[in-house]
Amino acid sequence: MTFAGWLTIVLFVVVLTALAIPLGRYMAAVYTGERTILDPLFNTPERLLYRILRVDPHREQDWKAYAKSLIIFSLAGWLLLYFILRTQTLWNWTGLNPEHFHSAPWNVTFNTTSSFLTNTNWQYYSGETTMSYFSQMAGLTVQNFLSAGVGIAVAVALIRGIVSRSGSSLGNFWHDLVRTVLWVLTPISFVIALVLVFGGATQNFSHYLSFNGPTGLANSIAMGPVASQEAIKLLGTNGGGFLNVNSAHPFENPTGFTNFVEMLTVLVIPAALVFMYGRMAGNRRQGYAIFATMMVMFVGAVCVAYIAEAHGSPAQHAAGLHTQVIAGSTGGNLEGKEQRFGIAGSALFDVVTTVTSCGAVNSALESFTGIGGAVPFANLSASEVIFGGVGTGLYSILLYVLLAVFIGGLMVGRTPEYLGKKIEGREIKLVTLALLITPLTALFSTALATASASGRASISSAAAGTPQGFSETFYAYLSQANNNGSAFAGYTGFIQPNAGSLGSHGITFADVLGGFTMMFARYAPILFALAVAGALAGKRVSPAGLGTMRTDNPTFVVLLIGVIILVGALTFFPALLLGPIVQGLTGHLY
Amino acid sequence: MKKDIVTSAIGILVLTLVFGILYPLVITGISQVAFPGNANGQQIDVNGKLVGSQLIGQQFATQVVKNGKPQVDKNGNPVTNPDPRYFQSRPSATVPPYNGAASTFSNLGPNNVATEQEISANIQAYLALEKPYNPGLTAAKVPVDAANSSASGLDPDISVANADIQAHRVAAVRHLPLATVMGLVSKYTGGRGLGFSGESGVNVLDLNLALDRTKGARA
Repeated sequence: MTFAGWLTIVLFVVVLTALAIPLGRYMAAVYTGERTILDPLFNTPERLLYRILRVDPHREQDWKAYAKSLIIFSLAGWLLLYFILRTQTLWNWTGLNPEHFHSAPWNVTFNTTSSFLTNTNWQYYSGETTMSYFSQMAGLTVQNFLSAGVGIAVAVALIRGIVSRSGSSLGNFWHDLVRTVLWVLTPISFVIALVLVFGGATQNFSHYLSFNGPTGLANSIAMGPVASQEAIKLLGTNGGGFLNVNSAHPFENPTGFTNFVEMLTVLVIPAALVFMYGRMAGNRRQGYAIFATMMVMFVGAVCVAYIAEAHGSPAQHAAGLHTQVIAGSTGGNLEGKEQRFGIAGSALFDVVTTVTSCGAVNSALESFTGIGGAVPFANLSASEVIFGGVGTGLYSILLYVLLAVFIGGLMVGRTPEYLGKKIEGREIKLVTLALLITPLTALFSTALATASASGRASISSAAAGTPQGFSETFYAYLSQANNNGSAFAGYTGFIQPNAGSLGSHGITFADVLGGFTMMFARYAPILFALAVAGALAGKRVSPAGLGTMRTDNPTFVVLLIGVIILVGALTFFPALLLGPIVQGLTGHLY
Repeated sequence: MKKDIVTSAIGILVLTLVFGILYPLVITGISQVAFPGNANGQQIDVNGKLVGSQLIGQQFATQVVKNGKPQVDKNGNPVTNPDPRYFQSRPSATVPPYNGAASTFSNLGPNNVATEQEISANIQAYLALEKPYNPGLTAAKVPVDAANSSASGLDPDISVANADIQAHRVAAVRHLPLATVMGLVSKYTGGRGLGFSGESGVNVLDLNLALDRTKGARA
């Protein structure tokens, strides 16, 4: 461990908080219809969009109408994306398929489409050997924007349900979606994309470079419009890399500077949403309490990952390597990590993208040490509520807040209330269902894949029959169920011996099971969250009394952390023991 | 229901035009004007011929020739030996190593026998190349970046400790004073981002090209 490493972590927390507070204030204004600084820029496009879409943004929707619009819009997006990916060669006339790649097979495309629709960005394909520039732009980039917009819309709707004073309206889905993509996602990704190019990232439509190096060896280098997709992939906590190794690729993440910018880009909206919530709830301390809960768990995860990775791995030590810091070398477990990021820059990045539903990586999670690798597992096991995905993180932790209020209420023997609204049987049933669906889906899919030969076909050869093989499988379905998309990437659903899809095939079992896992674990909790919002929207607000449990003080933060860890631990601990923990507890090689 | 379907169908097409076509085109346009070098992958030319990208690492090796025939492995990739005149990049998991069109990491687990074997092989290769010029070098003194493969398989950098060890070999093979080579190493050592983010490293391609330009280098 180094001083610069710890400094990076401290500065990251400080800068993130400093950026998230004003962004939260701005976003609260965006959704409550107050004036914002960007109104002159976007008011006209907004009106134009509503006219083209033939929607009245002021028509109030109850939770069922809101959900219906959301589901139908997602379905339309699914169909168009599947079509674009499967007809890749039809778009060669655009000149945006310079390497003439054919489409991936149907099963891989099914998985990819479901993946990008659900903000997961799990990738059973390698960008630079499978996707044309056209597919990346018109297909994947578009859903990077829209799936993020859908997630934020659900969070806004749930907030409206919690704070509404009368009626059953949650707002209007189209209004929330349009304002999110125009006022929030477009300007920030525009700036970040240009900052990344300034920092060295690539942005062109060229053929792949082909050349002979200084010693005469022939080589080629993938090109493409990387930065524009990189920016929204991070900002929307999507995480699907333009290139196979994601943000480890020098064209996606060229320097230590861009690495820092990229980490901030991932967390800034999830953090800002919490402050936005405090403002919209009319009590900023509610936001601070949730922010504190998330930050405590985040910093804990970062410290564990950094210390574990700096210590090095049993395989390194068995080979006779010394892994402490020496002059001119960072030491630690540098397998699957880039020199320019070092241990701290890699550990922090991967914690940032696994607490959120981003799932981008700048190092190989599979090569993390047992304990270091258990951190992303734990982050996913907490159901992505440590900041979480854009929107998904906030609506998930609000459900946990309701659960904590309920448990707290039982403990003190009072009717549970949150912000003056009684939390009753119906709400708690819905909350429990919403929170249990993701873990259950993850465990069910993992069990299917572990117990069947077709599931085990996806495990990498080096890990077959070892705890690492179980880790790969478990992580694959945990990641897809949580819509994260990071991977212990030895696990595969696509056999691709050559660049392009000729001679390649998908592993139908992994592709289809993964696709359904992602969609079920995305849309079912959304429906339950909206149903909770609907149930709360109509409730009357009673004034806080002496016996009301406070939800904005340190005691509640501790209770909330306890509930999150309890649910995650009870659900996942047995499975975690079999994979990463057993490897973390031993120096034995398998 | 019908209204939602119409709105969704129009919406997805319009938004695809905006975010799938317009947005990347605008970013590309601005980037190509404002930062053309970066936007096009930081290409490096030598005497008007492309030799690589500053950001993408390379294998500095020569193809093995037997009986006048360049040797290839069973997949048709060249069989190579490291070129001792050059600084060597980190181990790479791509096929063939440093294949800039197919990045990948090794996906070797922390407790796997295969990982230990891979690292041991990398250490042996490093020692075979460097030990003749660094008599005190042992496995315990090999910097981790020289024994562990990178995340991208295309890492352009090596650690300063790694470069310092290799400098002895390069200086000897090229008949250059060690101080000259060390001077170039520090010249091409990049600092941390913003002074704190990440690690400093030596850009291997830059360094090797500078060596080729150095006078008195009889290579």
